[in-house]
Amino acid sequence: MEPISMITGKAVVLPVENIDTDQIIPARFLKVTDKSGLAAGLFEAWRYRADGTLNPDFPLNRPEAAGATILISGRNFGCGSSREHAPWALQDYGFRAVIAPSFADIFRSNALKIGLLPVTVEQTVYDELVAHYAVDPQMHLTIDLAAQTVTLPDGRQISFPIDAFSKYCLLHGVDQLGFLLNQEALIAEYEATHPQPVVTTAYSRGKTEEQGNDSMSA
Amino acid sequence: MSKPRTLFDKVWDAHVVRPETPETPAVLYIDLHLIHEVTSPQAFTELRQRGLRVRRPDKTLATMDHSTPTTPRNHLGIIPVVDPMAISQLEQLRKNCAEFGIPLFELGDENQGIVHVIGPEQGLTQPGMMIVCGDSHTSTHGAFGALAFGIGTSEVGHVLATQCLLQRKPKTCAVRIDGRLGPGVTAKDIILALIAKYGVGGGTGYVFEYMGEAIRSLSMEERMTICNMSIEGGARAGMVAPDDTTFEYIAGRPFAPKGADFDAAVARWRTLPSDEGAVFDHELTLSASDLKPMITYGTNPGMGIPIDAPVPRPEDMPDARSRAALDKALAYMGLEPGKPLLGHPVDVVFIGSCTNSRLSDLRQAAQFFRGRKVAPGVRVMVVPGSQQVKRAAEAEGLDRIFKEAGAEWREAGCSACLGMNDDKVPPGKYAISTSNRNFEGRQGPGARTMLASPLTAAAAAVTGVVTDPRTLLN
Repeated sequence: MEPISMITGKAVVLPVENIDTDQIIPARFLKVTDKSGLAAGLFEAWRYRADGTLNPDFPLNRPEAAGATILISGRNFGCGSSREHAPWALQDYGFRAVIAPSFADIFRSNALKIGLLPVTVEQTVYDELVAHYAVDPQMHLTIDLAAQTVTLPDGRQISFPIDAFSKYCLLHGVDQLGFLLNQEALIAEYEATHPQPVVTTAYSRGKTEEQGNDSMSA
Repeated sequence: MSKPRTLFDKVWDAHVVRPETPETPAVLYIDLHLIHEVTSPQAFTELRQRGLRVRRPDKTLATMDHSTPTTPRNHLGIIPVVDPMAISQLEQLRKNCAEFGIPLFELGDENQGIVHVIGPEQGLTQPGMMIVCGDSHTSTHGAFGALAFGIGTSEVGHVLATQCLLQRKPKTCAVRIDGRLGPGVTAKDIILALIAKYGVGGGTGYVFEYMGEAIRSLSMEERMTICNMSIEGGARAGMVAPDDTTFEYIAGRPFAPKGADFDAAVARWRTLPSDEGAVFDHELTLSASDLKPMITYGTNPGMGIPIDAPVPRPEDMPDARSRAALDKALAYMGLEPGKPLLGHPVDVVFIGSCTNSRLSDLRQAAQFFRGRKVAPGVRVMVVPGSQQVKRAAEAEGLDRIFKEAGAEWREAGCSACLGMNDDKVPPGKYAISTSNRNFEGRQGPGARTMLASPLTAAAAAVTGVVTDPRTLLN
């Protein structure tokens, strides 16, 4: 994963609350077995009209939104399904950060894993950004991950929260699986000292009847 | 005397491999990892690229449910898959399971079904366990007093490789539901009413523990319906303390402990309920006695009303943002503010999904189909949650009741819940659905979804319009 420190770029505002992951990417785009090309499905029902033509009124389709790397949206962004395809699609489209007054838990967790930065700001800051964007659709913002700040168009710096571990991983381009793999000794110790409630492979061996005995033996 | 703990605290504490610190999240051990075809392929790719094995295939189980068709079997007894992308995704899962030694319930297998239906039905879901799956409705398993939640594909890879997950401890929220449900009002109405009251973001950052008289009197299948939709209220997990209802449900299932082991397990499980005086970070309340059948009118599960109430008017909303959200939702739904939903025509009825596809759901729905016909012009899909549910329903003749009424009796799967297989609601058409999400396009592009209970769905199926199910009760 590429390290992230500063994100400076053009913002686009999608002023809708509770944007769910079915809007971000509908389920029919989830039949892939890799991560590539998901941008084609991003906000598909909003970007295109029923006849398949581009919807010129959708914020991402306006000419001034071309090249935007920061998405600003209403509260509870990413609610619904746990599909990581949602942050994959946003990233594939070119977004590097999403700014919102709040995020759904699973979306935030997924986004942090892949280096799409979720930036939580106060509702009043969000309202300001929406108002500013209305008069300046070329609005640029700078997000400094190390300092945990967003620089607003008027130069003010707003701080945002981020979990210390996720921040470390993003700043250094470290993926979290590496950290888990390093816990091998503790994991093995846990396994040695805790009973196993179920053994799924007992099914394929046709021995589910014996499974109960296994559960107490550890 | 140690500090009183909640059910959540006890399950969390029992799975800590490495405690959380300000710098690092907790490393938690996972007892059961359920996987399916949609959110796992990229995780297996990651494993291969890094030369990693699946650490505990014996704690992993795969099923096929999301992209699978629910078309009735052909003359060879095979469920035909025609979508090339679905074929490739299912084949990939087959290959991954074979290579890494993970047991798989294949499409059409006697145990195959929706991942959140098969776990409990096999006795794999047990109190006190930590269960994850790349699916947000993993919250369903919390009905047994397990801590169960949905994860993303990166995390699916973490669990495959290490059987562990990195998590910050969430906050706890007691959801107290007192009183008793009236006739024709169901568990689905409890959870729809709760989300209507507190919103789709109300539970963000929390794990719900459902408690109170109404919850105690519910069956396991009803508790699963409620825990299933915790995520629609923003909570990643929902739990119910295990009790005799739980233990009776588990007893005798294939993966349940047997004999003396079962008794020992029950003794352990009895220590799980929240201690007297345990402190929750937050509390929500709802009175079951006051509830009516619920239905949604909008494009998120929080946009729900009692079935006899009018659709809200933008001018009644508290602020400009909720007015804008309502305007947008009603435009999509093609509904007029201030008008009742009762009597509104319905085009499709879907009875199924991990929320409401279990035997008791099908029995409830069947009572309105018995001796009646599906209303002209209405397509009714009845989709059992698993092959086991299907066989059990057929053993008591429910399939004949549905088919004689003119409804489709289909194979097990997620079906029309999510618009990623062949079962869809056509653009602009109105569906009453027993599933969990009414998002724009969820059941197909342009589909207009109204969420409701199996009873309310069945009532609409035979009348052709939104109908208060209480008017059809004997």
